[in-house]
Amino acid sequence: MTATATARKARAEAPARRGRTNRSGRAGYLFVAPFMIVFAAMFLVPLIYAAYFSFFREQLVGGTVFVGFENYTRAFGDAELWTGIGRVGLFFLLQVPVMLVVALFLALALDTGMVRLSRFARLSIFVPYAVPGVIAALMWGYLYGPDFGPFAQLAEKIGASAPDFLGADLMLGSLANIVFWEFTGYNMVILFAALRAVPGELYEAAAVDGAGPWRTAWSIKIPALRGALMVCLIFSIIGSFQLFNEPNLLQGLAPTVIDRAYTPNLYAYNLAFVGQEYNYAAAVSFILGMVILVGSYVFMFLTNRRSRS
Amino acid sequence: MTAETMIERPRTGRARRTGRRSGRSTVLTVGMLAAAAYFLLPLFWLLVSSSKTSTDLFSTFGLWFSGDFALFDNIGRTVSHDGNVFLRWMGNTLLYAITAAGGGALLASLAGYGFAKYRFRGDRTMFMIVLGAVMVPTTALAIPTYLLFSQIGLADTPWAIILPSLINPFGLFLMTVYVQSAVPDSLLEAGRIDGAGEFRIFFQVTLRLLAPGFATVLLFTLVNTWNNYFLPLIMLNDPDLYPITVGLARWQGQAAAAGGASGDLIPLVVTGSLLSVVPLIIAFLFLQRYWQSGLMTGAVKQ
Repeated sequence: MTATATARKARAEAPARRGRTNRSGRAGYLFVAPFMIVFAAMFLVPLIYAAYFSFFREQLVGGTVFVGFENYTRAFGDAELWTGIGRVGLFFLLQVPVMLVVALFLALALDTGMVRLSRFARLSIFVPYAVPGVIAALMWGYLYGPDFGPFAQLAEKIGASAPDFLGADLMLGSLANIVFWEFTGYNMVILFAALRAVPGELYEAAAVDGAGPWRTAWSIKIPALRGALMVCLIFSIIGSFQLFNEPNLLQGLAPTVIDRAYTPNLYAYNLAFVGQEYNYAAAVSFILGMVILVGSYVFMFLTNRRSRS
Repeated sequence: MTAETMIERPRTGRARRTGRRSGRSTVLTVGMLAAAAYFLLPLFWLLVSSSKTSTDLFSTFGLWFSGDFALFDNIGRTVSHDGNVFLRWMGNTLLYAITAAGGGALLASLAGYGFAKYRFRGDRTMFMIVLGAVMVPTTALAIPTYLLFSQIGLADTPWAIILPSLINPFGLFLMTVYVQSAVPDSLLEAGRIDGAGEFRIFFQVTLRLLAPGFATVLLFTLVNTWNNYFLPLIMLNDPDLYPITVGLARWQGQAAAAGGASGDLIPLVVTGSLLSVVPLIIAFLFLQRYWQSGLMTGAVKQ
């Protein structure tokens, strides 16, 4: 109350400008408060709580006991966890470059204005983004399947047998294809939007210098996309390391290939909700979060340094 | 298509937007259409498969229609299976998605306006913390949220889905950038000189200008919540509260577990999938302007 009264008094006395800053500051807090309160309740409180209970262990005898860093040391030596992290790392290296190169190529092709039916093509390529990941995994699961999947049917017709898309050897590639299908269009639209924002004078200058379409793409368009590509990459790092929906859905079709620790998120989920090891699951999630954070920062650091040199 | 033609048609303003060159490339067109075919293939398969009887689904070629057109029959069976539970799931998804999107867009608009137009202590820090939150793995958040919610009796209720979905860091970022570009300071000054309070200015003057940004955040939150699987999977036990994603995954799990014995369930999963993607695809087609401008903002401002 006193603060309000003082502010009101100050506003009345001070020249208009100063009064406004006072009032602005307080109103600013009020505007961001609803968002920040829900954010704190839904992000900060759960994170702090998870950090807290990752230092405990539930025992049959003696209940919950404080164990310090024991969950973390266990996680660092946990082969299942690190196999999973290695697998999503490999997934990232396989899938993301292909996806971004294709998305970049599609965006550049659209931007030339030389594609007929370009609106139709753009919408068709983007439309998978509107399809829930669960449904995408379901559809591709059936398409891959040996019973009534069209690939198996086609192979049968020519007397061959289709590759075992859901077998141990191809599973990671099959998952990569699902994620590629879901997100290439999304990345393409981001890159295309960034291309539209390149100032026209740059193209005029290039044209005056006699640059052809390939040269323009390489020397002007791609450098102009650096920021947008960075955004796509960071989102891809986060998405790859958190892979969950697709392997979770395909698990039903290939239970022997996708085990409980196929990806780190799947592992944390199974630890918590199948094994009831909430404390250890929290430690595992934190380590995964650290891996993502470090990965993203290393990446930003590397690209920044390269662009400076 | 050399430099000369490009000079003749300066690439500025509208000319640049509507086709950069007069020439069309067959190679590029064929390439783009091939890509479009790949991205449409699973959806085409879904449509074809939804129109088949159970026996045709297994016995006829997957990528073309069979003699019997059973789409409406399948829809009827999907909807009525297990006491209309599919309609319940659809209703739940609508409830969660619309509430979270409306609430989320309002929170993001208020906060985006606050961050864009006011300077106050800690504003940068708060903004950066929110943006940094996109790095947090979903499990790291969902497991403790589940434990907290079960302690206060919110787990296994609609709130368990709606409350966490209200916060969309990307939405806040988008709104902040949007306010900066769409709301001139002079307008706020004018409102202040007229003696309007800060909130009156926001609700009576600014909010109307923010409509396109609001719609973009609404659409993205709607899609995120509609497509969410992990959160409802862990939060909900009661099948009557399931959204469509968890419900279909459950049917799929039952079908896979039963092997050939429950071949009847597979057509329902397929038709149910079709029914659940159609509304979103229609929304995306009609609201193109909004998601395109949203992604544009995301791409251009970093």
